[in-house]
Amino acid sequence: MATGPDPAKTARGNLPPLSLHVPEPNFRPGDPVDYSFLDIPPAGALPRPDETCAATETTPLCSGMVRVLGDDHRAVGPWDPKLDPETLRRMLRAMALTRAFDDRMYRGQRQGKTSFYMKCTGEEATSVASTFALAADDMVFPSYRQQGILIARGYPLTEMINQIYSNKADKLKGRQLPIMYSCRDYNFFTISGNLATQYPQAVGWAMASAIKGDSRIATAWVGEGSSAEGDFHAAMTFAAVYNAPVVMNVVNNQWAISSFSGFAGAERSTFANRAVGYGIAGIRVDGNDALAVYAATRWAANRARANGGPTLIEHFTYRAEGHSTSDDPSAYRSAHEREEWPLGDPIMRLKRHLIELGEWSIEQQEAMDAELVDLVKAATKEAEKNGILGHGLHHPFHTMFEDVYKELPWHLEEQAEQAIRERQIKWPEWKPE
Amino acid sequence: MTEAATTTRRLNMIEAINEALHVMMERDPNVVVFGEDVGYFGGVFRATAGLQKQFGKHRVFDTPINECGIIGAAVGMGAYGLRPVPEIQFADYIYPGLDQLISEAARLRYRSAGEFIAPITVRSPFGGGIFGGQTHSQSPEALFTHVAGLKTVIPCTPYDAKGLLISAIEDDDPVIFFEPKRIYNGPFSGYYDKPVEPWAKHEGSEVPEGYYKVPLGKARIVQEGEAMSVIAYGTMIHVAQAVCREKGIDAEIIDLRTLVPLDIETVEKSVKKTGKCLIIHEATRTGGFGGELSALVQERCFYHLEAPIERVTGFDTPYPHSLEWAYFPGPVRIGEAVDRLMKA
Repeated sequence: MATGPDPAKTARGNLPPLSLHVPEPNFRPGDPVDYSFLDIPPAGALPRPDETCAATETTPLCSGMVRVLGDDHRAVGPWDPKLDPETLRRMLRAMALTRAFDDRMYRGQRQGKTSFYMKCTGEEATSVASTFALAADDMVFPSYRQQGILIARGYPLTEMINQIYSNKADKLKGRQLPIMYSCRDYNFFTISGNLATQYPQAVGWAMASAIKGDSRIATAWVGEGSSAEGDFHAAMTFAAVYNAPVVMNVVNNQWAISSFSGFAGAERSTFANRAVGYGIAGIRVDGNDALAVYAATRWAANRARANGGPTLIEHFTYRAEGHSTSDDPSAYRSAHEREEWPLGDPIMRLKRHLIELGEWSIEQQEAMDAELVDLVKAATKEAEKNGILGHGLHHPFHTMFEDVYKELPWHLEEQAEQAIRERQIKWPEWKPE
Repeated sequence: MTEAATTTRRLNMIEAINEALHVMMERDPNVVVFGEDVGYFGGVFRATAGLQKQFGKHRVFDTPINECGIIGAAVGMGAYGLRPVPEIQFADYIYPGLDQLISEAARLRYRSAGEFIAPITVRSPFGGGIFGGQTHSQSPEALFTHVAGLKTVIPCTPYDAKGLLISAIEDDDPVIFFEPKRIYNGPFSGYYDKPVEPWAKHEGSEVPEGYYKVPLGKARIVQEGEAMSVIAYGTMIHVAQAVCREKGIDAEIIDLRTLVPLDIETVEKSVKKTGKCLIIHEATRTGGFGGELSALVQERCFYHLEAPIERVTGFDTPYPHSLEWAYFPGPVRIGEAVDRLMKA
């Protein structure tokens, strides 16, 4: 008797040919936009489990959406962090400063002062409000759109601009693409242009903190697009296996350059739902609601600090501008998306909340916005004294060869001599700095 | 060159590596060891045996089967201030971790202008000769020597393995530490049909107790000679020695020990003296480290050369299972090259 299944019984019959599903966004340029398909629960609707709860208790939070600020601009429900007005004003100021900074740097790039810039317009709450919920010495492993963290931590704007201009005062010696900051003193890890690599690194840092019996935790940021990288899953596995004290953020801003979130799996599930498969806590949060972002981050940070392990937070938000100065979103998405975005603008929402509380006014906002424009302008002027990209005010030539290794090996010494010689052939009057 | 040593014992290479890990974990509380099966079990080659028992699960632990995660976590631990020594079970498995090594560990110091470093030593058994087939026999060192910011170290004796590993762990740059697994238990001569020699009869198995270092970036002249310069590393040092001994060739054999940074001075001086150069490695030929060595020797010693530079390597195929010894650059292939150089 023959082994194996009978071929007659495994015949496929008259099924139609297989067809490959290639995701397609709902709206393309010129299309009218209707977001009624998005399931957005009202503010205050979701429960807030105890921070030490079993991870499974957060499962409903992974497909729902934690929201605090209602349409009436009041804070409601168990996730309301009940922050004092002074903290709210500081948060608003950091978000507004982030936007003012972005606007100025974007213009600077268009004026030829640097090669590249990336704005975070509409996503300010995801980084600023998170940072307010962390301790200053918690380590952050950012992606490239978290300038709000540095601004919230009080990193000098002039230093940021020096880096963006790659000038002679740039602490990174002109080696990195603009906005790829590194600020060890502010517990801000060096940004990589290779996406999602910081995710397993953050978990490693958190493991080290636990190995040493420290009390600091790590946080990581990634976009929904690069959550498709293998590194994301490596990080989730390690975080779950070692119950690492880490808060892992996915900023779901709907677009990865021109690819909508469907290319990272959004048609099938939320990003927060991935936490369920790994058995860790997860929260999906209204990323344009600064209070909800703060509350979710605080919950996750407290949990991590109490040895409760990692949390995955999906920030549901919208990338209001292009991916970068090299991008033109009008070529692939409808301009109405931004106008119709049902979760509004994070700065406007926090501002209205403060006004509703009687702790802020339109006049105060206008005065603050004007002040912040001047602040950024002054920082820009200060940085420009150190030069702008390509205008000769860069770090000494030899620094190009330093820091590849701790000590300069012979082959790099030889190559440094060659580079200096080449420059002297082109510019005979030039002397090595 | 090496610091004062006390008592020596005869150890094989695994024992020497294990001892280096013990020494460094005792000296530096920031040294942590992890990888697949390295914890309770002590590693599939026993290199980490006893470590978890002595130093605890917080410093010596098993990991998920995920090399990207292993190297990525090591980078994060290094940023925290630890000195991670991850093991990749076979060099053939290192590829899922390449982005973390090439784009991250290797460039952390440069891109952060020294704010963050990756003082990581990635240990990994490599090379063939154990019937490991194409996924347990590869020699991928040239992938790493090509990367600015990485150091690549390959020992060929128990003494060097311990001293080099201690140097690698103390080094503040990321080090790829490839261990030739064929010679874990004895110095393999390449004559696979002859009885296996134990390390005990080899002078390189005399290993001092405690802490000592063999510096990175310094080659060793295994034997001095006049007839030709043989430049190799790892298992191939022992094969080259056996072939030269059998043929009665007075060759100068140089063990590079570190491929990057390379000890070009020792190589250059030797080739200028002998006028002939034979480069041997087990890895595939095209784009192999032998090509780099050959170019360097040509650039620096051209007017001293009396014959074309000879390159003996593995073939440009995956490492076959049944025809392992047809692949391996053994005594016949090396012998031919030696004969050509002697006739020139």
